[in-house]
Amino acid sequence: MSDKSFSHWVKSGSPWVWLNAGAVSICLVMVVGLLGLIAVRGLSHFWPADVVEVSYTEPGQKVEVIMGEMIDNELVPAARLKRVGVDLPEGQESAERILMKVGNRDQFGLDFRWVNGPWLAEPTYPEEIISIERREWGRFYGRLVSVKQQGKVVATGEGSYEELQKRLSRSNDLIGQIKHLEHGEIGQINHGIETIRLDRRRLELAGEMKGSMAYVELEESEKQFDTQYKELQAKLADLYAALNRDQMVVKMSDGREVEIPLAKVVLTHQPNKMGIVEKLGFYVHAVWEFVSGDPREANTEGGVFPAIFGTIMMVMIMAVLVTPFGVIAAVYLKEYASQGPIIRLIRIAVNNLAGVPSIVYGVFGLGFFVYFLGGNIDELFFQASLPAPTFGTPGLMWASITLAILTVPVVIVATEEGLSRIPRAIREGSLALGATKAETLWRTVLPMAAPAMMTGLILAVARAAGEVAPLMMVGVVKLAPALAVDNIAPYLHLDRQFMHLGFHIYDVGFQSPNVEAARPLVYATAFLLVMIIIVLNIAAIGIRNRLRENFKASEN
Amino acid sequence: MVEHSLENSVLPAPNSPVAIRRRAWRELKDRLARYGVAFGGLSVIFAIVLIFFYLLYVVMPLFYGADIEVKTEFKGQANSAVHITLNEYNDVGLSLNMQGEARFFVAETGETMLTPKLPLVESEITSFSKGAPSTGVFGYGFANGQALVFKQDYKISYPNDKRKITPRIEYPMGEEALYIDLEGQPLDLISVQSNGEQTTIAAVTADNRLVLKSLIREQDFMDEDVFTIEEQTAEVVLPELSKNTHLAIDIDQRELYLVDSNGMISYYDIQTLSALRLVQKVNAVPAGVEVTSLEFLTGGISILVGRSDGKIDQWFPVRDKDNNYTLYNVRSFHEQSDAIVAIAPEYARKGFVALDAGGQMGIYHTTAERTLLVEPLVDSKVDHSVMAISPRANGLLSLTAGGQVKLLHIENEHPDVSWHSLWEKIWYESRDKPEYIWQSSSASNDFEPKFSLTPLTFGTLKAAFYAMAIAVPLAIFGAIYAAYFMSPGMRKIVKPTIEIMEALPTVILGFLAGLWLAPIVEGNLPGVFSIFIMTPIMIVLTAWLWTRLPRTFRERIPDGWEAAILIPVVLLVAFASLSMSSTLEALLFGNNMPEWLNNHGFGFDQRNSLVVGMVMGFAVIPTIFSITEDAIFGVPKHLTIGSLALGATPWQTLTRVVILTASPGIFSAVMIGLGRAVGETMIVLMATGNTPIMDFNIFEGFRALSANIAVEMPEAEVASSHYRVLFLAALVLFMATFFFNTVAEVVRQRLRNKYSSL
Repeated sequence: MSDKSFSHWVKSGSPWVWLNAGAVSICLVMVVGLLGLIAVRGLSHFWPADVVEVSYTEPGQKVEVIMGEMIDNELVPAARLKRVGVDLPEGQESAERILMKVGNRDQFGLDFRWVNGPWLAEPTYPEEIISIERREWGRFYGRLVSVKQQGKVVATGEGSYEELQKRLSRSNDLIGQIKHLEHGEIGQINHGIETIRLDRRRLELAGEMKGSMAYVELEESEKQFDTQYKELQAKLADLYAALNRDQMVVKMSDGREVEIPLAKVVLTHQPNKMGIVEKLGFYVHAVWEFVSGDPREANTEGGVFPAIFGTIMMVMIMAVLVTPFGVIAAVYLKEYASQGPIIRLIRIAVNNLAGVPSIVYGVFGLGFFVYFLGGNIDELFFQASLPAPTFGTPGLMWASITLAILTVPVVIVATEEGLSRIPRAIREGSLALGATKAETLWRTVLPMAAPAMMTGLILAVARAAGEVAPLMMVGVVKLAPALAVDNIAPYLHLDRQFMHLGFHIYDVGFQSPNVEAARPLVYATAFLLVMIIIVLNIAAIGIRNRLRENFKASEN
Repeated sequence: MVEHSLENSVLPAPNSPVAIRRRAWRELKDRLARYGVAFGGLSVIFAIVLIFFYLLYVVMPLFYGADIEVKTEFKGQANSAVHITLNEYNDVGLSLNMQGEARFFVAETGETMLTPKLPLVESEITSFSKGAPSTGVFGYGFANGQALVFKQDYKISYPNDKRKITPRIEYPMGEEALYIDLEGQPLDLISVQSNGEQTTIAAVTADNRLVLKSLIREQDFMDEDVFTIEEQTAEVVLPELSKNTHLAIDIDQRELYLVDSNGMISYYDIQTLSALRLVQKVNAVPAGVEVTSLEFLTGGISILVGRSDGKIDQWFPVRDKDNNYTLYNVRSFHEQSDAIVAIAPEYARKGFVALDAGGQMGIYHTTAERTLLVEPLVDSKVDHSVMAISPRANGLLSLTAGGQVKLLHIENEHPDVSWHSLWEKIWYESRDKPEYIWQSSSASNDFEPKFSLTPLTFGTLKAAFYAMAIAVPLAIFGAIYAAYFMSPGMRKIVKPTIEIMEALPTVILGFLAGLWLAPIVEGNLPGVFSIFIMTPIMIVLTAWLWTRLPRTFRERIPDGWEAAILIPVVLLVAFASLSMSSTLEALLFGNNMPEWLNNHGFGFDQRNSLVVGMVMGFAVIPTIFSITEDAIFGVPKHLTIGSLALGATPWQTLTRVVILTASPGIFSAVMIGLGRAVGETMIVLMATGNTPIMDFNIFEGFRALSANIAVEMPEAEVASSHYRVLFLAALVLFMATFFFNTVAEVVRQRLRNKYSSL
């Protein structure tokens, strides 16, 4: 009975329906799982985890104390453990292996360490352990011994942590001032001197006699800059001297004491002492530092602000370029061109271009924009600075234009769709009232198609924000020396190279020397990028749905 | 707003001047808008079309032949030059003759610049040899067994910003002639090579002995002027059967080739003179044909043998499994009909120029097997003539005995690429058989670039194949369910989720593939395969069990929510498979499946095609899913209702009516997905090892066209062959995806018409 009904059930096609359903569930599990993975890994990075102190005894070795954060653990089968010399008690088939972040890279050599669970003693969480975020060499874990001023101990024991915080805020303040000076005024002077060099070269190219008035003027202003520069240099030296005043002495897990200058410290905290509220506060602060700070240590630490800024700048310039051209092309195809086979062919070609690999656009951008157009622009307008290229090298402008070409089909297709959804009656009504075609378009059709254009633009922006392959050729770098916008005229520097979130992920995840330490940061960056793109896409989907409903209403 | 328009509604009379002016103005605006939009629209379309033509424009020069242009031609004094050279800037030439006279001259006018006096010996010159062209070394052999080694050198200075070239002759082994044959026999043939540190001179004496001398100059560490010279000699008595005609040592002074008048090539290993040995003696030409010239290709690995029947053969030693070398005739060029009298190899590329007795000149490239040009160079058939090619291979100087001088400009930028070298097997130097290899650059100068797009295209297709193998079933099955069975409530969740999946940046997918998935797959290989096998089985099993459940329970979940029920099943299977993995591994694969695979002849890389297939499959699923879903959802309802009314089950209706009707749509979905998989860059770049190998093994990596462009483009020198080949790779990708998309688009358009007619 059961057998017969099973074959009957198979014949009815039901298993196939279920298999089809299974395909959907697999897809859903994959998408949600992937997003969840990125979110969990990315967001947990900033949580101030407790620092454990635990003694660890490898057989035949001295007892050592390990201090650090527990990052990961895995179960290892007994057979594999046996190979490295760990014998488990009879009957136990696997044991835990724990990945500890022990920090102190300059002292221990490595940030991370795998330890075998069976050799660990009971972990403790002493409250006085401090976790130090340094400007170099990553994190440091230890106990604060004393705070020094120019080598003399000023605080020790009770109250020294508070003293440390006070002095730390002073040193961070000084660093802020130094940065301001270096990027602000000294940057201005450097720019001035560079301008003079270019002016002189221009005079040379124009065949001006040496020693003429123009040359003398240049020399005058160069002298002025020189004296200004010397003053600032002295000021800077003072600031540096003040910065190097304080030090702290920290005792590591193995009992050694290390002196750390406060100039090299970003911040310290005592994770084991923090309550949940304090931890939350710290978490928010850390996330803020991540999105607003500059990267440190070959991008493996610090923030991603330049990458966010670069991504947004590039996308904005691209949007400014792509919207008018995309809309005009769509209006032409839909409203003006006579709908013959040629227009059909063009429409197919435009649709297909959305499917052309992005790397092809990158190759085109590099060859045509950077080398061909950029090279010629340099020849014509920036002759003085040759052979150093100005626009004949990858940069923000070329990246934006390349991505504009890459995304223009998206805008065209979306706008065309919007235009074709507008009921004929509206157009005809406008024409019947005596409006010209241009007036009809401008006053009635385009405003109604605006949401569709918006959708196209958002989709284009979302696509551009996630593209990396073409950018690798036309302007992205791993570390840009300056942002594209600053206080030096002309304020927006389209010729500069820039950083990008997507490329940041590729670069830090695959090209960095310390992948293990950088990985949480890559997850955090990935999460940020995914969030930006998902928000943009949801916005586009929302606008599209509302648009459809509006038209349904106007059709009825 | 309303009041405003009311105020304006008092219109002027239709024919009043104001109204006419206004109408004219509006008409003008309308016309301007029309032209403006047309111009804008067309220019955007033009910009898009430009991509294709620009790529083509960059690629085209790869396939151009060579061009020559005569710069000057004049009659100089009659001479007996045995060899001439041309310098880097095509402006200074050097001619040498058998009287031991050297003369530097201005290439364009023939005007003498310098006639250095060589320290010749009091004996007749019996032989002459040139070293590798890049070294500029020459040697004279004398009738008393001595030899003189000298070298051309150009000093370049820029007085008053103008280039000034001062030629001179140097003597790397001192100005004294060296005794090569201690018995004092005339040196009938000589060959010299010198690289500053080591100099080797080989000669065949009149009494048919091969004598060799090698001098190694060792610099003192402390003092530059102090050095010692270590000297080695060797001697071989040659068989008296025939006359020897050509002798040549390679630039690294490891091999020696001797050719006799019967066309036999003797190949000697001279790496250490004390262990000198004849490796092979091979007949290079058929009976009745003679070897008329012998020259090394740059790099000193291949020899070019010019024959009296106008054919040029390339030979090089090939190493077999037992480390024995055998000479192979790798390729031949037969474009000229008269005996080849001179061969001038290029300095930096594997190309050469050959001159025949009929005065015809041919420009060839060996790797690409290209004949770029065959044209007459000198007109007289009787004259003895010599020629030289400049180091940049853009100038050629020829000189006939009658004194006719010709200076040519050669335009030959990319001889090293041909259709054949891009797509077919090529026998590269030092390789044991013809192969497909991509290796675009190397540290050494005389490197033979290997531009075969075949392994890269193979990599691209391999990636696409595995991605499609995973994506097509999941996406199409999923789309069928979503369009035909799923409840509207669930659709509202599923569709946006899939759309978001499509928007995920591939750099993130690539990063997860390389750093998260690849280690997991490596550690749980049996578990991963068990997921592939167990998931469908468990789904069907769950479905069967579901039908066994009491009806009251089943009715709580409405139809069309099967997918939701299956989510925990999928999760459970994945979890169970992964936790069973190490047990399975211990049971079946001796604790380590990657190692087991390696032992059984399957290479295993951590970043392999399986990982790429899974992740790129993930990236392609949404594309295929949405288009398939659209196509199925668009099948007119009366067809399905009719079928159901006739008593077909939903499944029968689906397979016999819906899918058949929607099949063009599904086909176009697969095509578009394929286009996306072929062009994807970041995933293949990050999730494979990027080694250009050709192997269909799922556990090994590959290098795809797109990843190759991303890796090499920033480093390629602008307008070099490498740069243009990378553009060609981009063009190939462009055309492939354009083709897939166009086919898909055309099919879809026809489907749309069909639906609307139904």
